[in-house]
Amino acid sequence: MSSTQEARGRNGSRTAYEKILDLHTVAKDADGSALVFIDRIMLHERMGPLALIGIIESGREILAPDRVFCTYDHIIDTYPGRGDKTTAPNGEEFIESLRAGVRTLGLRSFDIDDPRQGIVHVIAPEHGIALPGITMICPDSHTCTLGGIGAVAWGVGSTDCEHALATGVLRVTPKRIMRVTVGGRLSSWVTAKDLAIHLISKHSASGGHGAVVEFGGEAIDALEVEARMTLCNMVVEFGAFTGLVPSDGKTLDYVRGRPFAPQADMVKTVEAHWRSLASDPGAKFDQEIELNAADVAPTVTWGTSPEYAVPVDQATPDPADAGDEATAAGWARSMEYMGLTPGIPLTSIPIDGAFIGSCTNARISDLRRAAAVLKNRTVADGVLAICVPGSTQVRLAAEREGLDKIFTAAGFQWRESGCSLCVFAGGESFAHGDRVVSSTNRSFEGRQGPGTRTHLASPETVALSAVNGRISDVRALGPMKPEIAT
Amino acid sequence: MEAFSSHKGVVLPMMSDNVNTDVIIPSREIKKVSKKGLGEGLFANLRYFPGSRNPDPDFVLNRPAYARSSILVARQNFGCGSSREHAVWALFEYGIRVIIAESFGAIFHDNCVANGLLPCVVSGEAIARIVEWVDEDAQSREITVDLERRTVTAGPVEVSFNLDEEMRQRLLRGLSPIDVTLKRRADIEKFFAADRTARPWIHSFGDQGTGEP
Repeated sequence: MSSTQEARGRNGSRTAYEKILDLHTVAKDADGSALVFIDRIMLHERMGPLALIGIIESGREILAPDRVFCTYDHIIDTYPGRGDKTTAPNGEEFIESLRAGVRTLGLRSFDIDDPRQGIVHVIAPEHGIALPGITMICPDSHTCTLGGIGAVAWGVGSTDCEHALATGVLRVTPKRIMRVTVGGRLSSWVTAKDLAIHLISKHSASGGHGAVVEFGGEAIDALEVEARMTLCNMVVEFGAFTGLVPSDGKTLDYVRGRPFAPQADMVKTVEAHWRSLASDPGAKFDQEIELNAADVAPTVTWGTSPEYAVPVDQATPDPADAGDEATAAGWARSMEYMGLTPGIPLTSIPIDGAFIGSCTNARISDLRRAAAVLKNRTVADGVLAICVPGSTQVRLAAEREGLDKIFTAAGFQWRESGCSLCVFAGGESFAHGDRVVSSTNRSFEGRQGPGTRTHLASPETVALSAVNGRISDVRALGPMKPEIAT
Repeated sequence: MEAFSSHKGVVLPMMSDNVNTDVIIPSREIKKVSKKGLGEGLFANLRYFPGSRNPDPDFVLNRPAYARSSILVARQNFGCGSSREHAVWALFEYGIRVIIAESFGAIFHDNCVANGLLPCVVSGEAIARIVEWVDEDAQSREITVDLERRTVTAGPVEVSFNLDEEMRQRLLRGLSPIDVTLKRRADIEKFFAADRTARPWIHSFGDQGTGEP
């Protein structure tokens, strides 16, 4: 593994990750590990309380409580009119424990009824908490989402979170730095989600193991910031430490004016600083992957790992073609769980549920594209279809645009924001054996309910599949109208 | 945290790739705000028949030969997925002290070290040799993991494993990472003070501090 020492590249050139890490390095060890200053810490009610209890019980203090932000997303219900009561077993204990920590330690919190509440990785950029060039952690594996805005952000356990709260720093070992360059432009109806699943299916769920994955190339430049977040969200499913799309003009436009973002008097200085954080031309990457955007189709998982995926117009594979015995056994076991056999065209597979939500794909742009598919269409009989906006602000924006009416007219449930059915926590779930097309990030066994079978896809694929009652190819709708392309 | 020097024990083989933390401890098994009481939920979806606590005799954990196991052996990307540290607490409470794998989920790996559970990165070829020797008599063939020497010894097979040196030292001495870092408090405070001037927008939110959208 190479070191993140400066000047790895030619003439002192550095990658964006190295630049950001260097900016935050408090001290460096001989082996290249660094004590890294952490700019922002976010907590949610599922994993946050134990870190706060650790601080309180040890009698330590939080180094910078003003830079800690708490919200409620994992355990809370998303039914309309929800309160503290939750279907998750003992869920109130998690909610109350976070509140108690917030009160005792004097932290900023976006509680259940706060208009700033939402899925932690959706609200972080929405409120300008996540910014380009910063370091950020949360005890949640999908913290890598924030690489989409040019932050170096990663998920940690409760103990490391407590460490960062108490000391203001975390030790970061040298990382493999990988660049994924995507040439050309994604086709109509092909999204960042499809690109992410495509990458993982080609290079395996451990293909990015432990790495920092920087995305670049024409297709990435063309992605809007929210789509870049979808892409970076999925890098943990690629085994990566984190993902990064260095900030550009689109990022700066996105950030400007957000509540916790730099104020007007500082914007010019800060933006010049952010612009300097792109990878230098001669920067050295430990590994390069090149993809052609034109090769990416709407892509859907058939199995219980995000690497078990094929283009939507193809069929389930045959374990006999897996290459080695152990991999074949993995495929076979996964197919058994999924109730599938080799050679079944994906578009012939009937579904019982459709879910649009999660930190992957529940931002306003996601809901707009799904609504464009659902407009003047209705969900097939027998399909339970649910839409859970990623944040309260996303919900309110969607309602101002009338998207909620499109969803409900089509037969989708329209919910309050939260993680909801992305992760079954003992409360609400899809039924045993139900097959669900889902805009989420993990198709693991039991992820959306005991025995529930999850197929990961883009929100537009979920929407059309709900309408047809089977997994569907959105390209059948003809070219996407440009006004919904973002 | 207890210091770790070496460990001898029976192997628990889980020879598949991508064993994720949802599999290690399903979310529904996390019923309390606590690091305790999680051992029973370990591998719950595989260990018990659906909707019950009746053990599935076919699952490796329930087979008599592995009743005393304390060293889990896996393939690639063990502990991928969710950051839930409960996966480590559940394994530890059950009695697992060492995990040997080709690679680990990055967050899970660091969570192991934070809790005194040793993650050993060993090549797939070496893992195959270890398991081959153990399989001849899984119940009584114990293997030894020596953190001082960084070796795994399985009868005639001896291989070395990889672990970050700072993490190795912490495990050997049973040090709390927070205490280790707080020894460098002066460095941190110096950085903090300079950074307030260099990047003021990180440290204060001005009039918009309420964050009202």
